[in-house]
Amino acid sequence: MEWMAWTWPTALFFAAIAAALAAMAVLHVKYPSSPRTGVLGIETMRGDRFFISLLGSAFINLAWIGLLDAPQYWALVVCAVFAFCVFRWV
Amino acid sequence: MEKTVNQRAWILVLPVVLLVAFSSVIPMMTVVNYSFQDSFRGNDFFWVGLEWYSELLRSERLWDALGRQLLFSFIILLIEIPLGILIALSMPKKGWLASLCLVLIALPLLIPYNVVGTIWQIFGRSDIGLLGRVLIDLGFSYNYAQNAFDAWATVIAMDVWHWTSLVALLSYAGLRSIPSAYYQAAKIDQASRWSVFRYIELPKLRGVLIIAVLLRFMDSFMIYTEPFVLTGGGPGNATTFLSIDLVKMALGQFDLGPAAAFSLMYFLVILLISYVFYTVMISIDKDETKQ
Repeated sequence: MEWMAWTWPTALFFAAIAAALAAMAVLHVKYPSSPRTGVLGIETMRGDRFFISLLGSAFINLAWIGLLDAPQYWALVVCAVFAFCVFRWV
Repeated sequence: MEKTVNQRAWILVLPVVLLVAFSSVIPMMTVVNYSFQDSFRGNDFFWVGLEWYSELLRSERLWDALGRQLLFSFIILLIEIPLGILIALSMPKKGWLASLCLVLIALPLLIPYNVVGTIWQIFGRSDIGLLGRVLIDLGFSYNYAQNAFDAWATVIAMDVWHWTSLVALLSYAGLRSIPSAYYQAAKIDQASRWSVFRYIELPKLRGVLIIAVLLRFMDSFMIYTEPFVLTGGGPGNATTFLSIDLVKMALGQFDLGPAAAFSLMYFLVILLISYVFYTVMISIDKDETKQ
């Protein structure tokens, strides 16, 4: 595993993603989601909204790094708000 | 009747999951790890946090390469999609001539990428190449190795030559699947050739054209071998597209950290575009099913 150059922050990041995916799978089994059409005009399930949230968060973080000099954790706050909006309205 | 729940399908999916894990997920995790570190001698790593991302996002090099890449994809789509449709419309509908056309049109698709680059490199040379020699004899000062415009024109011509066939074949398949009743109705209504195309053929081709645009966009966005063999990214950086720049960074300069950060950003852009195309395709499929 040494060749993969693991660090604690990246390991925690992947563990969080894996945990979120597992939680989504459990949620889907226990409370199956049904498709709905939101503000984007596309039909989405809970998994789609999760994917959009993750992808959007990656771009929010990149934009934050590229455009601002503010601490990165504020970007995570923006991502959390974005994810809430996606799950609520998309 | 109650539906039987059977979870054995998960076991059948397991080999694919393992294959994807070894071929994609583990290398991707490694790239993420590298993107936050600096490396010395290839295997000594030091945590640098977001430094590579910050450096790349504020460097002109990345934005210039992205700009060139988007411009290239836009130009080839603008040429290949209409040209592919036009070729498909002009092809014979049946008989031995149709089969011959299909074989001839498919030929460029069978040539390996590096061979296409080599063919065009020789073809465009101003000393021995047929294209280069003819253009110079016609009075043009053509030299793709020294002139940025010539290099771009040659790379675009090469891509059009290599990939328009794909669009033509997809469009041809789409055209052949239109029931003859539509054409008979158009004939009864005395519709013009343009009307037949605009109101029958084009709407019916929508599905295959979206696939063609998706395939051509993704492929052109990741293009590497052909322009690298033809121009090596030059003259200067004129034809240095994202993948060429990435390989220069990763293998030429052996900057593994910045190259890893570059790869991830490149991947995210491709993922976003693919998702948008996928969503559009799915919604079109649903619309067509409803109709």
